[in-house]
Amino acid sequence: MDYNAMELMICLASRILEDGSTVVVGTGAPCAAAMLAQKTHAPNLMILFEAGGIGPQLPTMPISVGDSRTFHKAIMASSMPEIMETCQRGLIDYCFLGGAQIDKYGNINSTVIGDFKQPKVRFPGSGGANDLASLCWRTLVITPHDVRRFVDKVDFITTPGYLTGPGARGDAGLPPDTGPYKVITNLCVLGFDLKTKQMKVESIHPGITKEDIIKNTGFELLWDEDLRTSLPPTEEELRILREEVDPMRYIIGRQAS
Amino acid sequence: MSELLANGGGIGKLFTDPDPDKAREYFRSKSRVMKDKVMDVKQAVSLFIQDGDYVSIGGFGTNRIPTAVLHEILRQGKKELGLSGHTATHDFQILAAGGAINRVDVAYVVGLEARGLSKAARRLFEEAKIEVCEWTNAALAWRYRAAAMGIPFIPARVMFGTDTFKYSAAKVVNCPFTGKRLLALPALYPDVAIIHVHRADKYGNAQIDGITVSDFDVARAAKRVILTTERIIDNEEIRKDPSRTFIPYYCVDAVCHVPYGSYPGNMPYEYFSDEDHLKEWLASDGHPSTLEPFLQKYILNTKDFSEYLEVCGGEKRLLELRRLEFFQDEEELDQLAM
Repeated sequence: MDYNAMELMICLASRILEDGSTVVVGTGAPCAAAMLAQKTHAPNLMILFEAGGIGPQLPTMPISVGDSRTFHKAIMASSMPEIMETCQRGLIDYCFLGGAQIDKYGNINSTVIGDFKQPKVRFPGSGGANDLASLCWRTLVITPHDVRRFVDKVDFITTPGYLTGPGARGDAGLPPDTGPYKVITNLCVLGFDLKTKQMKVESIHPGITKEDIIKNTGFELLWDEDLRTSLPPTEEELRILREEVDPMRYIIGRQAS
Repeated sequence: MSELLANGGGIGKLFTDPDPDKAREYFRSKSRVMKDKVMDVKQAVSLFIQDGDYVSIGGFGTNRIPTAVLHEILRQGKKELGLSGHTATHDFQILAAGGAINRVDVAYVVGLEARGLSKAARRLFEEAKIEVCEWTNAALAWRYRAAAMGIPFIPARVMFGTDTFKYSAAKVVNCPFTGKRLLALPALYPDVAIIHVHRADKYGNAQIDGITVSDFDVARAAKRVILTTERIIDNEEIRKDPSRTFIPYYCVDAVCHVPYGSYPGNMPYEYFSDEDHLKEWLASDGHPSTLEPFLQKYILNTKDFSEYLEVCGGEKRLLELRRLEFFQDEEELDQLAM
């Protein structure tokens, strides 16, 4: 079965979302993953967008998390406070994030590279990412995997992962039992070690070696004792992804790295 | 970190005064008379936006944005504005390109979501030409909420432990009931809010279709409100279904009739975004030498928004965008894309 890295990442991400759960997504790969999940194992997955769209029947990929497609035939066209307060009440299971840098605790930088006062590169900032990662039960990250992104220390913690390690989120004031859950890259799927709260490789994609992963990571990784090979997309997943979710290849036509 | 620990809060600068009694004094003097507030965009900008004002923009970056007013701010050469960057994408791009802003509360700026980053907007930060205070989308939404409620701050459970908090002007408080740590977000009362709506009567009673983002609270938090509207309707229409009134007239100072007013952004149930024009914007603002003629052509040398629409392809293009908003299925979309 022929597939590209982006298609594999989307399929792996989609399988994490259980039927009957709730997920806040952005545009791009996370939205494709949620749509694929709805059309396969999770028809009752509830998709929300931070600008206010709740439970749309997405006709195609949105361009903006606030464009009219995000509430096409939706159950509610609501507001930003409605979405964020639903997260804060504890009703949202998953959120999907990306970023310019991520460290071993899953802290994410989407604000600046270099000095804050006069940055080398200015990125958009938190948007809703900090809010979602603070308030949703589980944070999922989809990101290309290379040493510029997987760094020992992020230049700026825009969005909280496990901060400085075990207990740090609670001490800081964040709601209990929240935090990063999985990181899906073009090389592997990572989880977080329960004790140390550090990133741990759980499955390696077909054709990728441990060395590839080490070479592309700027910090010491943990490895699951039960290290597996990521299950490639099924024929059915690929068909739905290509024909129904992203027929224009907006997302799956992109480079994953 | 010592600055941070000293006052229990972030080191960012608070650009607006959260004192609800000062706001009450202002609102005390605001007219309650239901009078005709219809005027053109030029008048509204010159009457209600002064150099140095702090501005909030309704909608969501490229969706239901008041483009005509943003352009007019550039034409009139308004300077040293403060801005709330609550997912400010194309709106931020316009004001940054025109050199109209000198301070910003950031939740999301510089980017146009999946479309890419605006170099003109990045330059402001990378050349340190703008004062910056960091927040999040929920934080800014709730700061408007506090102002709309008439209270000085609102507690929340976001931003903890991050540099976003460190570079904000939020503080930490303990809950008097549960003892939990809470983030205290200061009320945000903008000097002026600019909001594009689907329908309004001449007094400013307004209706919005689709998602409302944070505009319920933005309209109530702002000292002055400029509305641009796709259609002006009779007051009778408003009274037929008062449950649809989203912004009441007493919040509003100006009503400007601007069909296609969110262009090149999306207007739900009206027209889709013009992705080609947004691409041209992103390509042109890469360097001052290309930005300057671009701004001349589209904004500075056009006398108003309708002339801008003509330069962008006029009726023909706008009808295409209307069809794009109402596509029935993917096949139709494919045909439109060809």
